[in-house]
Amino acid sequence: MRALALALLALGLALPALPAAAQGIPPLPHVYWSFQGPFGTIDTAAAQRGYQVYKQVCAACHSMSQFHFRDLAGIGYTPAEIKAIAASVQVPGPPNAQGRRSLVPGKPADAFPSPFPTAAAAKAAFNGVVPPDMSLMANAFQGGPTFIYAILNGFRNPPPGVTVPPGRFYNLYFPTHFIGMPPPLHNGAVTYADGTPATVPQMAHDVATFLYYVANPHADARKRIGVHVVLFLVFLTGLTYALKRKVWSDVEH
Amino acid sequence: MAELGLKENDFKNPVVHWVDARLPIFTAMEKEYRAFPTPKNFNYFWNFGAIATVNLLIMIASGVFLAMNYDPSTAGAFDSVHRIMRDVNWGWMIRYIHMNGASLFFLLVYVHIFRGLYYGSYKKPRELIWMLGVVLLLLMMATAFMGYVLPWGQMSYWGATVITSLFGAIPVVGHAIVAWLWGGFAVGNPTLNRFYSLHYLLPSIIVGVLFLHIMALHTVGSNNPLGIEVKGPQDTLPFHPYYTVKDSVGICVYLIVFAILVFFLPHLLANPNNDIPADRLMTPPDIVPEWYFLPFYAILRSVPNKLGGVTLMFWSVLILFVLPWLDTSPVRSCRFRPIMRWLWVLFVADVLLLGYVGSNQPIGIFILLGRIGTTLYFVHFLIFVPLFGVLERPLPLPESISKRVLGGGALASAAAAARPTEKA
Repeated sequence: MRALALALLALGLALPALPAAAQGIPPLPHVYWSFQGPFGTIDTAAAQRGYQVYKQVCAACHSMSQFHFRDLAGIGYTPAEIKAIAASVQVPGPPNAQGRRSLVPGKPADAFPSPFPTAAAAKAAFNGVVPPDMSLMANAFQGGPTFIYAILNGFRNPPPGVTVPPGRFYNLYFPTHFIGMPPPLHNGAVTYADGTPATVPQMAHDVATFLYYVANPHADARKRIGVHVVLFLVFLTGLTYALKRKVWSDVEH
Repeated sequence: MAELGLKENDFKNPVVHWVDARLPIFTAMEKEYRAFPTPKNFNYFWNFGAIATVNLLIMIASGVFLAMNYDPSTAGAFDSVHRIMRDVNWGWMIRYIHMNGASLFFLLVYVHIFRGLYYGSYKKPRELIWMLGVVLLLLMMATAFMGYVLPWGQMSYWGATVITSLFGAIPVVGHAIVAWLWGGFAVGNPTLNRFYSLHYLLPSIIVGVLFLHIMALHTVGSNNPLGIEVKGPQDTLPFHPYYTVKDSVGICVYLIVFAILVFFLPHLLANPNNDIPADRLMTPPDIVPEWYFLPFYAILRSVPNKLGGVTLMFWSVLILFVLPWLDTSPVRSCRFRPIMRWLWVLFVADVLLLGYVGSNQPIGIFILLGRIGTTLYFVHFLIFVPLFGVLERPLPLPESISKRVLGGGALASAAAAARPTEKA
């Protein structure tokens, strides 16, 4: 990434420097992600564990309205498993004979239902702030999944002299330090199906992996196709350059 | 007075012959894109116009497909864009192409412009080519700005609010103009609807002006790295195949850069805030434009007066219109202008500095840097360019493109050669 940025710079244009970090916010920790780099892919085992954290913890407050049950196929769930997962969740169904909307078991084509019927209801429940939708959360902050990881691990007791406003919690990495979300994870908050010890850093890493997939469901395919496209174009450039040399061979220039 | 009636032509194919007699497009193509005499000494910087044209076509093609799935309403815009990213077949690729293509378009055009500045491509007889180019730049800026509003993320909404509010700086009628632009009393659904309509319209106008830009170019002919006029057929090559193949090399390299952005770094040049839906009750901590507007943004913010800042920002582009008359030097190419060459480097560095300043909050050292950069920007055009055109002693110009000249090290290879005009 840095190399390409330098290349663009060399082409004669300044890239925007990242906005200076807000005061007193430490730099994000260095975290390894299976999907980083041009050949990285999503670790489906981690993403499945992350889905479990989402389902048992995050989904109580956060919606994920652009993500559909069928999209779980991309992190290794089989069609039968997806059908069962969807059926275990109640989603808004068609209006019944009285014209009221009923809740029905979900189908793979349904989007994940929101925990609150309206944004106003969510606002009323959380001191006037709607818990942000998780569909694009991994793209919507500088640092992406690393920022999510840092926030989930960043809850601390406030330093001496700092008063946290009521209904807020002190977080090392949140831009104002005062976040509306109570610490969502504690060791053993979920019991992983695959037996992985559910420590806070482990769960944070898993759920950030899952949310990266939710925000970028085509990332693996995109990079795989990209390798072929770039290789083809390099080959084509070579051919074109050879042709150019041949065409220009009889010109003194 | 041209003769009316069927036109003579030499095409063997009976269909081509029949069509060309009635509508001489094949004759025009032959004249403008095959035989068109082109200076033989172009370097690869002369690729950027052709590459930008390809980029324009890619933007139009990808945009047409995006429009088929886009919902231009404040309620549906954000979700429809992300539905394209998730559920439309190849939608993610089409949108990443369109999104990164906009950035690349500016990159290409900026290189194209700085090339024109270095080699004096704006000077007589090419003033109109240059001015039409400035019109194209303004149209591109308007199109890019309105396109950026369409996904209706936080930066879309707040960017639209900031930029449209600039017109509020106009005395007396400013606020009426802003309300007229918005179609209401704030950026809202009518604003989004009209931006969508204009975002679809302006590219057609760009194509039209581009046609005029090329028509003017093909009337007076291309400039070249030596900046001297073509003296005769020995100085030129037919456009095809020599420059079609050379442009193709540049286009291939450009496609590699494009593919790396689209497939591996699609978010490199994007602001993460735009993946948060527009919220009129929550201003982002930092409203920054896309990178290609940053130098102008820095100029805007360098004046502690809204009207002054807006005026200076518009003049920073408009001044390019009069550049052909500000430049007093009889010599075009900076290869032969020992002082202007370094002033050009200084100017490029200044624009980069302004871009860097624009990406930072206007506090501390950045206020001072922004003011120095802005002053230097206008001093370059209003003082350096007119003054050093007169004061500078240019190096001796070569006799012709194909003739070797004494002392012209850069020309060692430009030996006179038989003109290979006929080439399949």
